[in-house]
Amino acid sequence: MKGLNFLAAAYTGVWIGFFFYLMALGRRARRLEQEVEALRQDQPD
Amino acid sequence: MSTDGDSRAARLKPWSDVALPALTGVTMLAAVIMVFWVVPNEKIQGVVQRIFYFHVHLAWMCFGGFVFVAGASAWYLKTGSPVADRYAEANAEVGLLYTTLMLWTGPLWARPIWGVWWTWDPRLTMTIVLWVIYAAYLMLRRLGEGDETIMRYAAVLGIVGVLDIPLLVLAVRLWRGIHPAVMISDDPEAGLRNAAMKWAFAISGVGLGFLFAWLVSLRVRFTTVDQELAVLAAEKEHT
Repeated sequence: MKGLNFLAAAYTGVWIGFFFYLMALGRRARRLEQEVEALRQDQPD
Repeated sequence: MSTDGDSRAARLKPWSDVALPALTGVTMLAAVIMVFWVVPNEKIQGVVQRIFYFHVHLAWMCFGGFVFVAGASAWYLKTGSPVADRYAEANAEVGLLYTTLMLWTGPLWARPIWGVWWTWDPRLTMTIVLWVIYAAYLMLRRLGEGDETIMRYAAVLGIVGVLDIPLLVLAVRLWRGIHPAVMISDDPEAGLRNAAMKWAFAISGVGLGFLFAWLVSLRVRFTTVDQELAVLAAEKEHT
């Protein structure tokens, strides 16, 4: 079907874009968790 | 730090943690099913017209996001509210993602329909300008992190940048560009004539809207936690 490769490329690119942005947010969440944990461990009992 | 705003963000947590991703997942899945399996091919453009179900909403959502940036930036300049500042930054970032994806899908539609990947049509040119403005806004914020003067300059840029949107929307009519003005064509055989096409268009819009709101809510929450941790770390150093 004419144009099917363009359609596939368009939607694949969109999903990849969203996926990478969510991955970046996930990395940031993990870094924040580590910082919270480090602060918690530094606190005197 | 705004305790009021932070406690409001905390109260919103169950909604943004459960309902937003669930609604995003359901509507995006429905949109993909509609776009790939339900809607018929458009009579004139054929299968590539299906790119428009996302492309048009990516454009509208990024415009909405940048209008929000302008409103939140104005609020930040007036009150100094860190909550407004966080919402401005989050909307700019997600808006820039949507603009980037709009600029990705546009040429993939243009190549089979216009025969070229890109043309310096007024609307396309204004879209590139919009992308550059909000990329500059985010870069300025990164460079000036912690410097209130630079943050205020960034807020001004966030307000001024939104003036590009009415020019972009009117560009087709003002300068007679070749970009299609609307999804509905004057040709009785073309455009969204079919009920399934209209549903696919509406569901795609709702799905991309929920996704936008979810990403913004995540981004705002991370910035809030980040700033609170910075305060705690600074307090710890002083004790």
